[in-house]
Amino acid sequence: MKVPFYGVIAEFDNPSALVAAARTAREQGYRKMDAYSPFPIEELTDALHLHHNRLPLIVLIGGLTGGALGYLMQYYVTVWDFPINVGGRPLHSWPAYIIITFEMTILFGAISCVLGLLGLCRLPQPYHPVFNVPRFAFASRNRFFLCIEATDPLFDKQKTVAFLESLEPKEVSEVAH
Amino acid sequence: MPDEIQVADRKPEKIIAPGYTFGTVTDQIATVVLTKRTPVFWIASFGVGLVLLLLFLLAVGVLLAKGVGIWGIRVPVMWGFAITNFVWWIGIGHAGTLISAILLLLNQKWRNSINRFAEAMTLFAVACAGMFPLLHLGRPWLFYWLFPYPNTMNVQPQFRSPLVWDVFAVSTYATVSFLFWYVGLMPDLATLRDRTHNRLARFTYGIMAMGWRGSARHWSIYETASLLLAGLATPLVLSVHTVVSFDFTIGIVPGWHSTFFPPYFVAGAIYSGFAMVLALAIPLRSVYGLKGLITDTHLDNSAKVMLGTGLIVAYAYIMEAFTGWYSGNVYEHAITINRMTGPYATQYWTLVACNIVAPNFLWFKKIRGTPWLLFTWSMIVLVGMWLERYVIIVSSLAQDNLVSSWRVFQATRWDWATYVGTIGLFLFLFFLFIRLLPMISIFEVRTLLPQAKVEEERG
Repeated sequence: MKVPFYGVIAEFDNPSALVAAARTAREQGYRKMDAYSPFPIEELTDALHLHHNRLPLIVLIGGLTGGALGYLMQYYVTVWDFPINVGGRPLHSWPAYIIITFEMTILFGAISCVLGLLGLCRLPQPYHPVFNVPRFAFASRNRFFLCIEATDPLFDKQKTVAFLESLEPKEVSEVAH
Repeated sequence: MPDEIQVADRKPEKIIAPGYTFGTVTDQIATVVLTKRTPVFWIASFGVGLVLLLLFLLAVGVLLAKGVGIWGIRVPVMWGFAITNFVWWIGIGHAGTLISAILLLLNQKWRNSINRFAEAMTLFAVACAGMFPLLHLGRPWLFYWLFPYPNTMNVQPQFRSPLVWDVFAVSTYATVSFLFWYVGLMPDLATLRDRTHNRLARFTYGIMAMGWRGSARHWSIYETASLLLAGLATPLVLSVHTVVSFDFTIGIVPGWHSTFFPPYFVAGAIYSGFAMVLALAIPLRSVYGLKGLITDTHLDNSAKVMLGTGLIVAYAYIMEAFTGWYSGNVYEHAITINRMTGPYATQYWTLVACNIVAPNFLWFKKIRGTPWLLFTWSMIVLVGMWLERYVIIVSSLAQDNLVSSWRVFQATRWDWATYVGTIGLFLFLFFLFIRLLPMISIFEVRTLLPQAKVEEERG
């Protein structure tokens, strides 16, 4: 079902009120919601049950891939592609490969971390409905927002607005698409 | 059973001055960028940077036209200024990563107001450092020969050489430093996007912020990403100067071939890096009125790190001289004596004064608490650390195993022009950064405010 608007958003002026509001909303059964704050709030992550993400796994895979590629590249070059015999020393000289293997692990780990961050956050996303709320510009300054989205099964415009009003926010407004 | 040891209830330390709110912190830092008025200090510093940058471009132009012979590098001192400057610059960069990554993992909150410009310092210092090995190649346009790629010449890099390790270490360091810095900037770019009234600025910051909106979902992933990047950057920063020191230790040149170089180089890097952090922070906080955010505590802590790492460096010099004598190796012995009494004795004793004697003055709170004295001290440290690299490289090469090949190194004016020119490049990039991007991490400073603490009713 296509709803004519994205959701309703409530504005708070301190982090404690936002965390309390997020907790209450969750207790009321709302699930499709998001909170917006000018800095990371650990309690908010807890209130919205957001603790798990797959970023560490992505970085692990990226790092291991980088390390394996780094080692294999050196093995291929020094043993197969361009072998240099220096006084009969072994071509597969693994101690000398450690550094580049390590650097490639870090490089691929860091790149996959940043790409993973952007991917999991669905960024870059220049447009998002919450930007339609004029007051939302303060979400990057000193205001805290809780948005309950219209796709939530419990969402009912009157009731949800009334619920958000009961949390004593500064202002409740509708978020257009 | 003895009484449990009571932990004294310490008062929470004040990191930034009292009286700030989320709004005032945001406005104070963002205004530096968004204002139309540019302070005279900025114009002057940028101007100096620009002039020296032009000198650098001239020096590089002459170098490309005539070749590396315009520098004073002659057999046997083929490294001369170029590698000295490379090691010096890359060392300076290390403090930025230390502040942004290691102090993050150690949960040192005071880093929050100095990490941004320290990371920028890292980035630009690595850019300056990278210039030297590149120009020193002689034919810099063939730099890509350093990377393994299928080519018609059927040759490949020698992966057993520390010089190739250096290529990988430094390019990884530059890439990871940039990523870390950019990820840290995203929320602040969003703040600038929302605060500016200029359409072009809003568009530019908006594109660069990638649509960051401070969502709790994003923040939770973002925090994980910061920790992971810090965890990756920490061993990286230690490895980079270790690999740089391998350039020396893997060789058999007397005065280079020793196992304590890696920790000694890393400590020296952090020592000079913190000196640069102080040299930048002290004038900036005065000019932009940021003394409430970059407080005396920050200067004091940085000075303490400088003192600590300075003592490690001092210990390394003493060990170096001791090993020279104790090894019983005639060449090691000779190079040690040569450094102290030979053609580079002046540089050697100046560096002893700068790096062994000078840091000990930082034990006094009076010096750590007086910004202009601290600024002077950081200049002394920067000079001392440059001389250290100079003495290691030049004195060892000038008088190595074979007496018949000895030759004293003489720097030419183009050596100086290139070196001073990179200082110009650094100032140019750094002051552009100060003008265009927030020099203090706004969102991390917000978390330092007492209002940021969430009070919850526990049922």
